[in-house]
Amino acid sequence: MAKPKVALYWAASCGGCDIGLLEIGENLLKLIDAVDIVFWPVAIDVKYKDVEAMADQSIDVCLFNGAIRSSEQEHIAKLLRAKSKIMISFGACAHQGGVPGLANMYNREMIMERAYLETPSTENPDKVLPQTSCQVPEGELKLPELFDTVKTLAQTVKVEYIVPGCPPEAQTTWMALEALINGQMPPVGTVITDNAKAVCDDCPRKRDVKKVKKFHRTHEIISDPEICLLEQGLLCAGIATKGGCGARCPRAGMPCTGCYGPVEGVIDQGAHFMNAIASVIDSNDPDEIEKIIEDIRDPAGTFYRYSLSDSILRRARV
Amino acid sequence: MSFEPKILAILCNWCSYSGADLAGTSRKKYPANVRIMRVMCSGRVDPVFIMKALESGADGVLILGCHPGDCHYTSGNYKTIRRMGMLKKLTEQMGIEDDRIRLDWVAASEGDRFAEIIKDMTEKVKALGPFPRNGGDNG
Repeated sequence: MAKPKVALYWAASCGGCDIGLLEIGENLLKLIDAVDIVFWPVAIDVKYKDVEAMADQSIDVCLFNGAIRSSEQEHIAKLLRAKSKIMISFGACAHQGGVPGLANMYNREMIMERAYLETPSTENPDKVLPQTSCQVPEGELKLPELFDTVKTLAQTVKVEYIVPGCPPEAQTTWMALEALINGQMPPVGTVITDNAKAVCDDCPRKRDVKKVKKFHRTHEIISDPEICLLEQGLLCAGIATKGGCGARCPRAGMPCTGCYGPVEGVIDQGAHFMNAIASVIDSNDPDEIEKIIEDIRDPAGTFYRYSLSDSILRRARV
Repeated sequence: MSFEPKILAILCNWCSYSGADLAGTSRKKYPANVRIMRVMCSGRVDPVFIMKALESGADGVLILGCHPGDCHYTSGNYKTIRRMGMLKKLTEQMGIEDDRIRLDWVAASEGDRFAEIIKDMTEKVKALGPFPRNGGDNG
């Protein structure tokens, strides 16, 4: 039997998912024995036109990381969808928009102005901004168009499975790849992790009563190594985030930021997290409540660190 | 034709719904822009309800509960104060106008107050215009 064909692609991402894949260590050798990698821009030299020349449905599985925020990324997502039998949304950006999804707090014009005109290290006296097309003596040069709104992969094309994480932990990645190699994929629509409950279920910290009078930012306090971070006033998203990562951040003293996405049955991770935080505020006095909430400097960035594109509101009205 | 906003009013069963009932039986006049949804307690109102309402057709969302201290379940409305305080801080950052989401209190005896709040909210949301659904996305 021919080996299954696998394609990997990166869209709006940092490259961490591709590095994360290497975290599976010696299992990588098993992977290479078991499958043929036909497209992987970060590692092998296969061009877009080579993918275009492939027959439809000829790739067995596509692992797609990164959000969709340009016409090029959208084009490749649609192309790989047509060529692949199974599309896997790999990592937080493809899953929920990820950190690039926070660009939805702004629009294209604001992003261009910030990046090409306003940043202190930029010198651009002629105010040159990237254009989608430009005439030079040799002919026309083209650049992909930047979208106003960052989209998830599932908002762009049909997706069969989700491998969550920023980046997905090695055990999560291997769970998906092993299922693929053994031909035992779970039911379509599954978010592949080994713990469908919350990060708290993997967290060894002691939990007692959650009553918070003051929220802190991570650098403002030295946290107790034994006690639940949320009880210490740190905004830990573990309660609203799917497990499977092994609670690595809370174990290391850093609050969970929510990269594994919402727990089962939740449609808006940020709202769920926000709701949980509201419940732990220890006050019934409106003025005091307002003061406590005031300490949360950036609610959108805190509650929707990885999920703004996938949220109900999707973007700021700017 | 001038813009007529749709306003979703989420009312607690014990005080505010009775207050709305009283407004009706005492034949108080208030704008027909409001659609009422009854919940057992304002503490039942999840921020997701409000976001979903806005994204699926409402131009404003009003949450009415018992006055602080009067909650039928002792503390449900305090939970609402905390949740709505948090939600308002988020929606402000998301560029959603303050007047589109309102938390207020109506007791069972306050039919007049109910009618006044509906009138006031309708006028304010009317002035804001339709809620930009889908983030006012333009590609």
